[in-house]
Amino acid sequence: MISKSNIGSANTFGLARLVRLVNPVMRLGFLAIAGFATLAHASYDVNIPPPATGIASEIYDLHLYILIICVIIFVLVFGAMFYSVFKFRKSQGAKADVNFHESTLIEIIWTVIPFIILIVMAIPATKTVLAMKDTSNPDLTIKVVGYQWGWQYEYQQDGLSFYSSLATPWSQVGQPGVPASEPKGQNYLLEVDNPMVVPVGKKVRLLITSNDVLHGWYVPTLGVNQYGIPGFIKDSWFKVEKAGTYKGQCSQICGKLHGYMPITVVAKDPADYAAWVKEAKGKFAIKSDASVAADTPPKVAAIVDEPGKKWTLGELKQAGESLYAANCAACHQADGKGNPAMKAKALDGSPVVIGAKSSQIAILLKGRPGTLMAGFDRLSDVELAAVSTYARNSWGNKTGDMVLPADIKAARK
Amino acid sequence: MTATTHTADHADEHHDHKPYGLSRWLFTTNHKDIGTMYLLFGLLMAIVGGFLSLGIRAELFMPGLQILQPETFNSFMTLHGLIMVFGAVMPVFVGFANWLIPMQIGAADMAFPRMNNWSFWMLPPAAILLAASFFVEGGAIQSGWTLYPPLFTQSGIAGDMTILAVHILGASSIMGSINIVTTVLNLRAPGMTLMKMPLFVWTWLITAYLLIAVMPVLAGAVTMLLTDRHFGTSFFNAAGGGDPTMFMHIFWFFGHPEVYIIILPAFGIVSQIIPAFSRKPLFGYASMVYATASIAILSFIVWGHHMFTVGMPAAGQLFFMYATMLIAVPTGVKVFNWIATMWRGSLTFETPMLWALGFLFMFTMGGFTGLVLAITPVDITLHNSYYVVAHFHYTMVAGASFAIFGGVYYWWPKWTGKMYNESAGKLHFWWTTIGFNLTFFPQHFLGLAGMPRRIPDYALQFAEWNMISSIGAFFLAAGQIFFMITLYMSYKSGQPAKDKQWEGADSLEWTHLPSPAPYHTFEVQPVLK
Repeated sequence: MISKSNIGSANTFGLARLVRLVNPVMRLGFLAIAGFATLAHASYDVNIPPPATGIASEIYDLHLYILIICVIIFVLVFGAMFYSVFKFRKSQGAKADVNFHESTLIEIIWTVIPFIILIVMAIPATKTVLAMKDTSNPDLTIKVVGYQWGWQYEYQQDGLSFYSSLATPWSQVGQPGVPASEPKGQNYLLEVDNPMVVPVGKKVRLLITSNDVLHGWYVPTLGVNQYGIPGFIKDSWFKVEKAGTYKGQCSQICGKLHGYMPITVVAKDPADYAAWVKEAKGKFAIKSDASVAADTPPKVAAIVDEPGKKWTLGELKQAGESLYAANCAACHQADGKGNPAMKAKALDGSPVVIGAKSSQIAILLKGRPGTLMAGFDRLSDVELAAVSTYARNSWGNKTGDMVLPADIKAARK
Repeated sequence: MTATTHTADHADEHHDHKPYGLSRWLFTTNHKDIGTMYLLFGLLMAIVGGFLSLGIRAELFMPGLQILQPETFNSFMTLHGLIMVFGAVMPVFVGFANWLIPMQIGAADMAFPRMNNWSFWMLPPAAILLAASFFVEGGAIQSGWTLYPPLFTQSGIAGDMTILAVHILGASSIMGSINIVTTVLNLRAPGMTLMKMPLFVWTWLITAYLLIAVMPVLAGAVTMLLTDRHFGTSFFNAAGGGDPTMFMHIFWFFGHPEVYIIILPAFGIVSQIIPAFSRKPLFGYASMVYATASIAILSFIVWGHHMFTVGMPAAGQLFFMYATMLIAVPTGVKVFNWIATMWRGSLTFETPMLWALGFLFMFTMGGFTGLVLAITPVDITLHNSYYVVAHFHYTMVAGASFAIFGGVYYWWPKWTGKMYNESAGKLHFWWTTIGFNLTFFPQHFLGLAGMPRRIPDYALQFAEWNMISSIGAFFLAAGQIFFMITLYMSYKSGQPAKDKQWEGADSLEWTHLPSPAPYHTFEVQPVLK
């Protein structure tokens, strides 16, 4: 296979380095053609963004290398076409040479030459394929799980696990017929609440899967684009060379909010990374339910159970509100009125919500097969208790009762 | 080609008995009537699919959600693909086949005229099922035209309507293909050997074999989706021991030959037009036939290039990369042959020739981006990005549709007996070419910059090119309204066309038949030397 030093090196062939010079020329050319030179502040990128890993650099170079070969062929072939178009016009008195319609020699030549060009293209491509596939000897392994619609990252060595979802407020997005109430920020649709954090210069292996439908973990500047397939784990890897923030999005259509599940990777120097791990342990440590209570103070967003704790309706409802906003409101809407276009039922006044607790809990845990309602068994007992209590006592719903973590625990069995 | 001439004109006068009104079209077994219905059906579906694409481009005009809910956007995107592929492009090419194959091989009609009627009349119910799926609970499916589970499995009743529609369309295609194969192999005029057939007939013969080979595979795939949804099987459900990746393998085993099913008849049309306006025989006729067959055979071993991001082993990625790159060889041969046909010719540039040259130029650009995407590492960074959208629209629109437009202008005089307005045809060509490039060229840049496809809303750095693309799309669509007006005007009040409208045309429909071609042709077959 490929040696380790080879994998890390950015440019494996020299021609591509030269062709990089073409880049500014290309961009200027397109700007001039499009006539947008006056709008220099706007983004008229015409090429792959600057790569941040060795593999992404190889991809970048490969692309330019292939592109340049294609442009040369294009000029030659269409040079011949346009020459014919101008030279052999009937209106210029051109007479057809009807005997020129077969030539075995010419046909052999233009079969063999393209074949040779393809071999020249395939050699560097093969090297990169083998390098991309070599996920051996990682310094760090992160399991990535796709959800409708967000990501979960599990750092197996560091014992961390957290969800990462869109941080752009919906007020910047707007609705059909209702303009966005806030201006769009710089990182519109590319910002997340909890980014994946990785150390610079370390080989990070990703184990990618999905909880529901296909997703695609796609960060172009890292040279990674890998489907998450439910029931299967696939791997990929990257090694970031420079501290920074790298952005991507879900690449495989996964339903309603496919366009709203961005990816952010923050690469930190090893010391900063170690500091982040220490800090993250407080929030994101993987623990059993019992130990969580022992060393983590309850937070507004994260609600935890304590053995023997007497929950009040107000506590559960208050915690349920933010959980509802994060997990339910995208479909069922903040006002609980649902969204008929996607079969998201109204929770306000719903017989399931205000009826027997057991049927509400069953749907929360298992979802409704055949609809977009997924099961939320990934949430903890207390989180599910909070969100169902919230739904039972919000908007027009006034059951006055609450669902306790113990109810959820019993229903899970 | 010389032949014992037969006065086909007389057939026009004495044998032109056909029912009038609706029953003519419902019960017709005439290949020309059926061809016309296929073409009009394809036009109608293209209008529906075009409307959906304008919805998509309108929503993408600027960031944020303005017009469509995300789920409606997904349905528009999905049905745009399904309708354009199965409802517009494929039926239009079958329409060409119906009209032209019997006339070009000197046959009186298709081999199975009643099956021909049936294969057309299966299409409207399928189209109605697809269109109606927008109005059922949950709306039309949102999984993209590839129908990938598990997302597809989450669909409401629209999922079942789509499965049924795909089954019907598949059965129609299989019947049409069997008809074409049988006609070409059995009903050729004496002396019309296989290697004398016009290239359009050759490309359709090969296409028909592709269809017969892969449509049952698609039918199997959607049947498995159906039983996964309703009968408790787990073909594609990992929880029950199945594998979503298996669907992708099966789908693309159908799907890649499918894209050649769409492009090979386009090659055939262009191979008729370029020699006609170069006044010179097609260069390398035999190698064109072999290249077409090679492309068809290779199409069965490249499906994995649609799946470079599922995580297949290195050996699989390398195999599919090499096999895919190999397709460039026969495709290159075709492009070189077309250019060599023009070389030392005597060229004129009537509307059909403009479309053929536009096809040649822009389809080749789609071929080059195809080569870029064949390179596995580059594909991985561009997979499911707008670069892919640009690539396949260069092959499907600038490829297949440009050939269709060229073919319509080329055979319009033979079909209707009327000439279209040459200036209007040329204007339509330039209008479409500019609109097309304005729409799709910027999408290469969006894909390179990392914009995923199938999203209703996007980050701010993608805004400028998206706006240009949307403006281009509306400009492009307006040009097609102009196209329909041009043809309507010609149909109503065009100048009468000559029997051999194009000086360089040499296939039987031009050399042996009047314009418009009479209802029944070649009741006595011509004998070719």
